Amino acid sequence: MEPIEERLDLVRFKVDKQPHIRLNREVCKECDTTVCVYVCPAGLFELLGGEMHFSYEHCLECGTCYVACERKAIEWEYPRGGWGVSFRAS
Amino acid sequence: MATANQPFNAIVVGAGPAGSSAALALARAGLSVALIERGEYPGAKNVSGAALYAPELLADLLPNYWEEAPVERYLVRRVITFLSQEASLAIDFRTDRYAKPPYNGFTLLRPKFDRWLASKAEEAGALLITSTVVDDLLYEREQVVGVRCRRDDGDLYAPIVIAADGANSFLAKKAGLQHEFRADEMTLGVKEVLRLDAHTIEERFNLTGEQGMTNEYLGYATGEVNGGGFLYTNRDTLSIGIVTQISSLAEKRIKAYDLLDQFKHHPAVAPLVRDSVTLEYSAHMIPEGGWAMLPQLSRAGLMVVGDAAGFVFAAGLFLEGMNFAIASGLAAATTAQQAHAEHDFSALSLARYRKHLEESFVLQDLKKFRHAPAFVNNERLQNVYPALLCQTAENLFRSNGTPRRKLGRVMLDTMRGKVPLRTLLRDGWQAGRALFF
Repeated sequence: MEPIEERLDLVRFKVDKQPHIRLNREVCKECDTTVCVYVCPAGLFELLGGEMHFSYEHCLECGTCYVACERKAIEWEYPRGGWGVSFRAS
Repeated sequence: MATANQPFNAIVVGAGPAGSSAALALARAGLSVALIERGEYPGAKNVSGAALYAPELLADLLPNYWEEAPVERYLVRRVITFLSQEASLAIDFRTDRYAKPPYNGFTLLRPKFDRWLASKAEEAGALLITSTVVDDLLYEREQVVGVRCRRDDGDLYAPIVIAADGANSFLAKKAGLQHEFRADEMTLGVKEVLRLDAHTIEERFNLTGEQGMTNEYLGYATGEVNGGGFLYTNRDTLSIGIVTQISSLAEKRIKAYDLLDQFKHHPAVAPLVRDSVTLEYSAHMIPEGGWAMLPQLSRAGLMVVGDAAGFVFAAGLFLEGMNFAIASGLAAATTAQQAHAEHDFSALSLARYRKHLEESFVLQDLKKFRHAPAFVNNERLQNVYPALLCQTAENLFRSNGTPRRKLGRVMLDTMRGKVPLRTLLRDGWQAGRALFF
């Protein structure tokens, strides 16, 4: 399998300092399904030592994570205008 | 930037095909219109397969635009392929009747096409404002009267706001028109654009000149997950991707990009993408719930168009969105013109938007094929029948020196023990209701 990082290297991101995704970690602690880990097409969610970690920097801005999260623990908004992902070839 | 003292006649949020079509039509009608886009440029946030069907929808406003627009190839060949783990069986349709204006469809790339279409709205007089997120609507009592952009002095006013803010449409939800999405009514598409020289594409896909093809894959394209795959020819690139139901991805705990890898390595797909170089990876959510997830389409001062309204036609044989987006954008523009002519921006006045859509293919097709989304996600259609079709073909065509059986016998033997007759009949009925009658 081709690592997701290599795919993301091909995508242009203008990373804002301000994250546009927030996790409610209290809710995440009690989650036993962790579907975000599987559904995110950029592989941004990772369960490490029982705690959910994520990075917003390479977010493709699809919205799949907040739709899939049954516990509504993901607060998701668009990055500031002009920031975030810019597709060039798609 | 205009201020509260200088309201626009209309504000369009989102410069995709729906928004830019609406802005273009409004500007041509002499109305002042702001077209607001959160990306650095129109198309920066947008992903489709991409095949634009019914290109003539835009031709009234932009005659013969395909001579100038950045479209990739006109479609003359359409393939639907059933995949099992090892085999494939395809329906391969081709006609030269689709090879002349106004054409039946084009492949295109959204960052180029959307940028071009928005530039046409600009040429017509629309004010394109990029790099600007709209966070909310402005109200006077129940009436939408403008938008709040995330920037200083970001309030813009107009008696008509058109929400063309895409699949996630926070505006439609904030206005109370759309519900929070469920994971079974939304799909995730992931895609790669692969560089391959034009000559090789033409040779490999049996095309000449500007001709193009679409290939849609059912069955093992997405392994055990509900969904399908696609492979489209562009001028000197291929678009390859898979579309998967989000609830099914979550249930099976499989990553979409691993499925895409698997799809690219399928024995029926790998030779088609051989020696290509990946240029870009992208992902987008698609509202595939169809008629069942249709939002309320308007309220006083506001109309919802394109993906924001869930106007995606995902009916197994068809996977269309941009034509629905354009038609809905144009219908909203027509409604806005009527409202301005009568100075009536009430809920009742804008409810005519839905009437226009009911008279067009937009709501007629979504309604007529309303049983299709459930059929497309039928477990056996996804995971059993495509493999059975391939197995039947394999058994039928196998040549090993033993006496042949007739086709009916081969089919019965292949089916035996796999699907009970009752289930088969029930699925047949569901297929019929979804697509045939």
